[in-house]
Order: sequence, then structure tokens, then C-alpha cells
Amino acid sequence: MSLITQLIDGLSLGSVYAVIALGYTMVYGIAKMLNFAHGDVIMVGGYICYEIMVSAGMPSILGILAAMVVCTVLGITIERFAYKPLRKAGSLAVLITAIGVSYFLQNAAMLIFGSETKTFTSVVPSFALAIKDLSISGLTLVTIVVSVVIMIALTLFIKKSKIGKAMRAVSEDKDAAELMGINVNSTISVTFAIGSALAAIAGVLLCSTSKGIMPTTGSMPGIKAFTAAVFGGIGSIPGAMVGGLLLGVIETLSKAYISYELTDAIVFAILIVVLLVRPTGLFGKKINEKV
Amino acid sequence: MKNLKSLSKYARTNIYSYGMVIVAFVVVTIAQSMGMINNFLGGLLVPVCVYVVMALSLNLVVGVSGELSLGHAGFMSVGAFSGIVAAAMVRDSISSDPLKLLIAIVIGGIFAGIVGFLVGIPVLRLRGDYLAIVTLAFGEIIKNIINYIYVGVDANGLHVCTGTADNLNMENGRIVLQGPQGAVGVQKIATFGAGIVLVLVTLFVVINLIHSRSGRAITAIRDNRIAAESVGISVTKYKLTAFVTSAVLAGMAGALYAMNYSSIAAKKFDFNTSILILVFVVLGGMGNIPGTILATVVLYLVPELLRSFADYRMLIYAIVLIVVMLAKNSQKVKMLKDTILEKIFKKTKPTEVGDNV
Amino acid sequence: MSKMVPLPSKSIVPERDLDKAPILETHHLGIDFGGLTAVDDLTLAVGRTEICGLIGPNGAGKTTVFNLLTNVYQPTRGTIMLDGKITTGKSTAHINRMGIARTFQNIRLFSNMSVIDNVKVGLHNSTKESLFASLTHTFGYRGAEKKATERALELLDFFHMADLAKHEAGSLPYGAQRRLEIVRALATNPSIVLLDEPAAGMNPSETAELMENIRKIRDSFQIAIMLIEHDMNLVMNICEGICVLDHGKVIAKGTPDEIKQNPTVIEAYLGKKEAE
Repeated sequence: MSLITQLIDGLSLGSVYAVIALGYTMVYGIAKMLNFAHGDVIMVGGYICYEIMVSAGMPSILGILAAMVVCTVLGITIERFAYKPLRKAGSLAVLITAIGVSYFLQNAAMLIFGSETKTFTSVVPSFALAIKDLSISGLTLVTIVVSVVIMIALTLFIKKSKIGKAMRAVSEDKDAAELMGINVNSTISVTFAIGSALAAIAGVLLCSTSKGIMPTTGSMPGIKAFTAAVFGGIGSIPGAMVGGLLLGVIETLSKAYISYELTDAIVFAILIVVLLVRPTGLFGKKINEKV
Repeated sequence: MKNLKSLSKYARTNIYSYGMVIVAFVVVTIAQSMGMINNFLGGLLVPVCVYVVMALSLNLVVGVSGELSLGHAGFMSVGAFSGIVAAAMVRDSISSDPLKLLIAIVIGGIFAGIVGFLVGIPVLRLRGDYLAIVTLAFGEIIKNIINYIYVGVDANGLHVCTGTADNLNMENGRIVLQGPQGAVGVQKIATFGAGIVLVLVTLFVVINLIHSRSGRAITAIRDNRIAAESVGISVTKYKLTAFVTSAVLAGMAGALYAMNYSSIAAKKFDFNTSILILVFVVLGGMGNIPGTILATVVLYLVPELLRSFADYRMLIYAIVLIVVMLAKNSQKVKMLKDTILEKIFKKTKPTEVGDNV
Repeated sequence: MSKMVPLPSKSIVPERDLDKAPILETHHLGIDFGGLTAVDDLTLAVGRTEICGLIGPNGAGKTTVFNLLTNVYQPTRGTIMLDGKITTGKSTAHINRMGIARTFQNIRLFSNMSVIDNVKVGLHNSTKESLFASLTHTFGYRGAEKKATERALELLDFFHMADLAKHEAGSLPYGAQRRLEIVRALATNPSIVLLDEPAAGMNPSETAELMENIRKIRDSFQIAIMLIEHDMNLVMNICEGICVLDHGKVIAKGTPDEIKQNPTVIEAYLGKKEAE
């Protein structure tokens, strides 16, 4: 395969990472917590789509919509019952709870859907776009286009809409936002809702690419996307996008040209180097402690 | 024993921690001699000790030093595989199993310590969540690298290569590490006794360190880094002290763990294992030594004993984890606990205060 | 009280300190944050046993000066000399070992540790104990610990706090926390202590006691003290030299009497009189 094909595949993988990373980074920016269960919401999205599309044989668009609805509700529910009571607790307590939620989702999925890998059919009909001797699969193309649309829409939403402004205010200073009459609780709920809906889309795209789904499907992409969010500077939305895209490209190129087996080590080593040079990520703000 | 409350915190931690371990050892030994411990339970003894050491050592970083590490299993992994290689090298020259085990554990500790030092120097400059993600990344890197290498031992000594075992170029040698399959043909020489000794050594080191000049410096940095610097404490030096000590102990535990199985793969020491240990520490109470031991034993054994509920056990575990975390941080539960305690200790409380002053 | 005399650098120090070089000197010290100049052209000297005041309206840059002196911030311009040695590039911890100790405007104790442990952390660098001794509690551990405990109690006793030794630092009343911060600073065996608003939040009788204590520290330890304070009564009473800062610049230097009369200082504090 040529370098350009590799790059395009990398961008496709990276855009999925970016969409997942957006969920991590938004929740971190607003609730100051690492939502470790985010990766498993991806998996739930994948399964819902699978059930509608493969088991029930309905059109894929319905599967995607159902996945988004279920994940949105799931995200809000998780926040309401597991995270909200811990709003004033230490960050470690929240982290452990999030891990508990992650275990819960994985094991519930195992009970409901079984532990074996199921074959996932792509939501995109198979076609390929050929430009000269370059051939891009429909799925790759759709993945990139969908992700770009999501990123643009989300950026506009956060910049222009009233809720978006509220989200930025809460992430800047929760107490001050509350004093200005912003409902912090509902803002956090909305953030979880958006993040989870994005996770559903990411889950469907991811399973379409890997052509399979199992209860732990979300774990590794979750960790990678989290890495991407940190890479870009956690809390920063452009950071999550750039971080995700870079991570995807690095991963694909390293698989193709350096070593297939050592790819994860290379990706994580690059992350470490980036953080050592820029301790708050590519787009992270430097926070000076007041003395 | 009648006046435990009036003792210093140091003495109390000592009595509770050592007491718990020794009682556990005696009870298990008696039960074993009476034939009450079946193969399944017996197989859990070494891992329980190993996880206690892992949790105690992680507590040094997370509880005492206040840094979130998500890659503790990485050090366990380094210790396990360097220990296995060391044991394989002396396999024919030393006949005593305990001595071989000791060599494996010491080498495991040393290598994990070296890796801890190399990782710690750059990484400890980072704070909070960034440190967490880098330790996570480091754990994954270790796993990935061990999955990639092949090690064999023959008359000429050690052979290391990548790719396939054929590249080892050995004459009648033994393969020790086989890429993704991990270590194979390991001599199972770990014993419960060795586990208990390692737990005691860990307790000795951890409790002493916390209650010493270095320990005070580490705690001071956690409490207020800027103030600690202002009284002349080198932040890097003491964070590194806690981190490396913790890595050495984890490496020793890893070596012991590996010697309990005939084969073991690097994926055993992945992110989930790190998280599992972190859960032990957090639920045991950060910086609380007896609590950590208790939480580890209970949380490790319960899912194992629930194996008959195979499918539901991890689900139950997850629910328990969430409920415990919510209850621990709930104001209502705290008030309820206080009222109950007050009712029970109503009469004893005033005298107890009198004793303390 | 010794007479204040000028140095070649136009700073003043007490006459009794003239036989030795000043303990602390800054030359044209300045720092910018982004485009904003927080401190500019600060030149001052503090005598070996001087009590020196740093005053000025809110936002004048006083705490920034302390952060510069302790290398929490690196200066954009100028140099700091401690006991004749340039401190540029040293870490905050190293600066402390060289002889500067400080307290903080917003108290920074090790609040989860006991009072005595707070002081023992201050004694860290004067206690000799190897890591091996720490890990095993042998080889001189007991002796070193005993000495540290005795010294800590001695220092606490100096401020009548020995009976609070076992309490958790964070649970102490406000005034006691401020005192403990001073004890902890003194434990590091400094040659100059920087006190950032030591009387903030204290009532008049506590302030009077504090003034007593500050003099007592200087007399018993024979060290220099530099303090930031808004309580003019305290400043005018115990400081020998005063440096007034406004908008990051020194607008006056002198004895309390000179400062009281200085029209620029009065203007900075009360605002410019409108043309009547």
C-alpha cells in the first residue's frame, strides 16, 4: 500500500479516536473527572446498532439512531446515579467509581450479549472511490466525513449556542457560573449526553471497521482516545481533535512501516515524550499555581 | 492490648498490621495441617500475598506520596520476567529451591527498581492526571516489549532475540520467554511461607519509611508542595524515593507471583491489573496500612470464591465497588455511622479522651 | 535601637550591622508577566539583624518580591545576593538551604500532619538520617529522631506551643497556625525570615504579642526579618528600615519617621488630592 493510502487510513482511525476523545475532554473540562466508563459506552452503542441492524435486520440508519438514543440515556443515567453524588468527593473516589461503572457495563454486556466476538456488518454499503490508482473504501470516506461534520458542528455549538456558552462558563469556574444563574447540574448532564451520543457514533464506525464486536471492544480504543485527549491537552476541544487525528496517523504509519507488534509501545512512547516536552499537552493551558 | 487507643499511631499500625499477617499465617498453617485447605484454596495463597505486597507498595505512591499511578502492574511485570530469567539461569547450578526463589525475587526487585528510577526521573515532573496517563502508558509499553522478545538459556548462557524463537540460535537450550506466549516452563517454586515473609518485609519497609525523616518529607510534599520546597525539601528526590521503593517491592512481588505458575504471559500484568490494585488501595483507605491489607484479602478472595456464580461475579463486584464508593462519600451514611458509634461508645468516650490528654 | 546608615547602593542598614556585608541585597530586580511589569528596578539591602518592612497598597507587588527572593519566580532582570552569593537559577529548596525561610500570606501548613511533625519537616536538612536508616529504623535513626524531637519542642516552646505538639496542624486556631508557620520557618535555621502578612486576621492583643515575638526572634536568633504588613502600627513600631512599593516600583525607602513624612507615600496610600 502506498503512503497516501496509509495516511488516509490513519486519518480515518484518527477521526474515530478524535470523536471519542471529544467525549473524554468535554467531561473532563466540565466535571473535572476522568470518565473511564466512556470506552464502554462505545461498546454499548456498537451492540445496540448490531441488534437492530444484524439481528432485527432493520436499516442501518435506524441502528445508528437507536444507538445514539440509548447511549445518551445511558450517559445521563450514569452521571445521575454514579457521579453526581460524588461531585464534592476527591478525584480518586470518582475515578474508582468510574472504573466500577466500566466493569459493570462490560459484565452486563457479557451476560446479555455473550462473551464471544460477533460479526459486525458495516453500516456503510461497500463501495470504493477510485482516483487514478488510489482507491479509498466507502467506509473510510464516510468515517472521515462524519467525524469532520461532528467536529465542526460541535465547535459551532460550543461557540455559539446558549448551552455551549454555559458549558464553557462551567468549565472555567463552576461556582461563578452558578452565581450567574447557570444550572450547573443540567449543564453537566448535557455534556454527558453529547459525549455519549458521540460515543455511540464512534462505536458504530469502529465496529464497522473492525467487523466484530465483543464486551471489551471499547476498552483499548477508550484508552487510546483518552491518550489522544491528554496528548492534545485534556479539556481542550481542538486539542482532542488534533490529538485523535495524530494518534490515528501515528498508529497506522507505525504499524505499516516500523513494527506491527510494537505499535502500541511506539504510540505510548510518543505520548510520554510529548508530555515531557509540553507537560500539559499540545493545546493545554499552563496553570500557574498561585503562591 | 487493653489500651490500644492510647498508643502512638506508629505502634498501633505496627501491632494491627503484623498481628493480622501472623494470625493469618498461623490460621492457614493449622488449617493446612488439618487438611481443610483444598487445591483451589491453596492455589490462592501465594497470589493473595503477592497482591497484598502490590497494594502496600502502591499505597506508598498513591496514599503517602499522593501521586496517581495507573501502571503499577508494569513493575510487577518487569520483576516477574527478570526473576524468571534469573531463575532459569541458575536452574542447573543451584539445587536449593528457596535459594533460587530468593535470587529470582532479589533480581526482580533490582530490575523493577532500575526501571522505576529511569521512568521516575522524567515522569515525576508531571502532575495529577498527566502523571496517571504516563504511568498507564508506561505499563502498556512494558507489556508490549515483553510480548516482543524471546529469551533462551543454553550452555553458552543467555540468548535474546525478537521475531521468532528460531532466532535464538541455541544448542539444546531451553526457551524461557516466548514472545506473546510469555514465560514457559517456569519452575513452580513459590510457597505460601515465602509470600508471608515478603509481606512482612514489605510491611517493615513501608511502615518504617512512613514514620521516618524521609517519610515526613514525602507526606509534606503531598500536603503542600510549595511549603515543602520553602523549607528546603527537594521534591524530586523524595517523590523518586517513594516511587522507586514502591517499584522495587512490586518487582519482588512480581517475581514471586511468576514462580507460582508454570507459564505466564505479559498480558496478565496489564492495565486491568494496575486498576485492580488501585481499587484495593483506595477501598482500604489511602495511607492506611492495616486497611489496605484487609481490603486486598477480601477483595481478592471474594470474586475468586464466587467462581460458582461465574457469570455474575464480576457484575456483583462492579456493583459492590460502586455502592461502596458512594456510601463512603455520602454525608447521610457518615452521619448514620457517627450516631451508631456514639450510641455504642457513649460511656467509654469521656475516659478515652481523658487518657489521651 | 541602632541608627540607620546609608550604604553605597543608597540602601540603608542599621549601624550595628555595618561590620558585615548585608545578608540580602537585590540589584535592579524586575519581573514581567506577559507584558505586565509586576516588579521593576528593586534595589534594596537588609542588614544582618535588621527588621525590615515591605509595605505598599494592594497589588503593589509585595508578595511577588517574596516569590522572587525565594526563586518561586525567576526574575526577568536584576540579581539577588544572599550573604554575598548570587542565587540566580537555584531551586526554591536550595534557596532555603542557603538561608532564606518564609511564611505565606494564605497559610500553607502541612495540615494533615501533627504540629511537631510540621516543625520536624522544617528541621529536615539539619537532621542527619540516611535513607537506609529511614527504611530500617536502625543506624542512628533513634538518635537523630530524638534530637529532632527535642529541638522541635524547644522551638515550639519559644512560642508557648509545646503543649499543642500532638495536635493536627490544620485543626489549630488561625493565630496558632500563623505562629506555627513562623516556627517551621525558623526550624530551617535561616539567616533571614520573610513574613508575609504575619498579623493578618489577628486581634490587637494577638498583634501585640506577635510584635513582641518578632523582636524576640531577632534578638535570640540574631537573624534578619523582612515582613509584608498592612498594620501600620506594627510596621512603624518594629521595623527599622521600610521600603514602600507601588505599582511594582520602590517609591520610598527610609526609617519609619521618614516614611511617615514622605509626601509620595501619603499620596500612594490616600490617593492624589484633586485640585481644589
